[in-house]
Amino acid sequence: MTAGEIALTALIVGFIVTLVAITGFAYTTLYERKLLARFQHRVGPNRAGYIPIPRRGKKEYRLLAGFLQPAADAVKLFFKEDTTPAMVDKPVYNLAPMLAAISAIMMFAVIPFAPEITILGHTFFPYFAVAPGLNVALLFILAITSIGVYSVVLGGWASNSKYAVMGGIRATAQMISYELAMGLAVIPVIMLADSMNLGVITESQQGMWFVFLQPLAAFIFFIGILAELERAPFDLLEAEQELSSGFNVEYGGMRFGMFYMTQYMKMIAFSAIFAVLFLGGYRGPFIDQAPALGFIYIAGKTILLMGVMIWIRATLPRFRYDQLMGLGWKRLLPIGLANVIITAFFIILVEENILSLDKILGIVGL
Amino acid sequence: MLGPILKGMATTFKYLFQGPVTIKYPDVERPVRNRFKGRHHLHRYDNGLEKCIGCALCAAACPADAIFVEAAENTDEERYSPGERYASTYEINMLRCIYCGYCEDACPTEAIVLGKNYELSLYDRESAIYTKEMLILPVPIGGTDVPQQVSPGSFDRSIPDMENPK
Repeated sequence: MTAGEIALTALIVGFIVTLVAITGFAYTTLYERKLLARFQHRVGPNRAGYIPIPRRGKKEYRLLAGFLQPAADAVKLFFKEDTTPAMVDKPVYNLAPMLAAISAIMMFAVIPFAPEITILGHTFFPYFAVAPGLNVALLFILAITSIGVYSVVLGGWASNSKYAVMGGIRATAQMISYELAMGLAVIPVIMLADSMNLGVITESQQGMWFVFLQPLAAFIFFIGILAELERAPFDLLEAEQELSSGFNVEYGGMRFGMFYMTQYMKMIAFSAIFAVLFLGGYRGPFIDQAPALGFIYIAGKTILLMGVMIWIRATLPRFRYDQLMGLGWKRLLPIGLANVIITAFFIILVEENILSLDKILGIVGL
Repeated sequence: MLGPILKGMATTFKYLFQGPVTIKYPDVERPVRNRFKGRHHLHRYDNGLEKCIGCALCAAACPADAIFVEAAENTDEERYSPGERYASTYEINMLRCIYCGYCEDACPTEAIVLGKNYELSLYDRESAIYTKEMLILPVPIGGTDVPQQVSPGSFDRSIPDMENPK
């Protein structure tokens, strides 16, 4: 494979993945609203578009009620008046939403969607992704997340409003504290898989998914995701009472739509990354005979995880800001460190054949 | 700390299978109560004559000053109501009306009654003024339309003998 061929493949796959990501974002908003409504004993948006199915004797049934709601929201945001406040820092003001959206889409570049697969005569080796074979993929993801934090503080600062600056600083502090916890939660996975390449991590979950080997790391990573995305219960900075101090208060119309898009795309990307790291990614039954099933498996796991995030949003009340920061620094960080040390200890024991599964069962007395 | 969180999440999960309680208006309409005060109607007697005698007691009772009544004389050749007068102009401003029902209580002939219709949206203010043609009910079966021509002296009481409520 020549370099040109590799580049062209990456370009085409990247284009397709971007389109899928944007459509996914649109329908994630609808999924969230309808699922949240069902958790709260009500129906979500059901008037925007439907397929009428006539039934004898009863009222016609509306199939897929509300499936055009994201399109309606997009049209509304495009038609909104795009006011720019007076003394903003114009380059930075325009840059912040773009930076946010770019960093959110870039995270889809390293997610493996399927194992080695041949589509239209072209073999994707070693796995199907926009940039397969990146040996520092996990570091790439953490780095892109940190760049996304820039957009928050720049957006707050450039708005030329005290409340926006404060909101931006608080949001940034929250995001970087939980990035630390996320990084520590990812280290045991890297130790177990011996690589940061997401394809290698997925393949090394052949025996057992890492969520059973590292439940604590999975738990810490999940809490880190919720705090990073500023979703409930960590959504202090986007709550209605606090929205006057939110960093995106001066953004209207499609600029606000960009921040909104960032949040949901990061939700999809992080769900996919959690699925890759802990739930086995594209692995599932019959994956060797039919590699195309990998798409379905990872999509299913991502949708399931997003459902859990929406479930948590429907259930829990909000954290106060000091409780939030205390949780991140005083509880998750020490627990994460302890987890790393204990995992390292057990890995050495298993490698030196001092300990293995039979001996553990023998000690326990089975 | 994790226990109550999981219990809460189990509750929310249970709600997922309990179905929504939303009434999907306008496909499904909730029936209104018996004494619901909605859109006004001007009633007629069974022979077709209007009950309204143009006394303007409803306009006097209205706390929002929404009713406008102009009365005119009934003659035997051209009779609109069984009394000396009838309402030649009767207008209610639906935007001023507060749907309190005082006009219904004040009316001596039970002419104006608040019905059950509540879907009264408009596009401009002028269409909020409901005239007598919009408010009067159609002629009941067996009656003749007003103006009627009657023999002199047949209707000399404006308020007919009312029966006791059953």
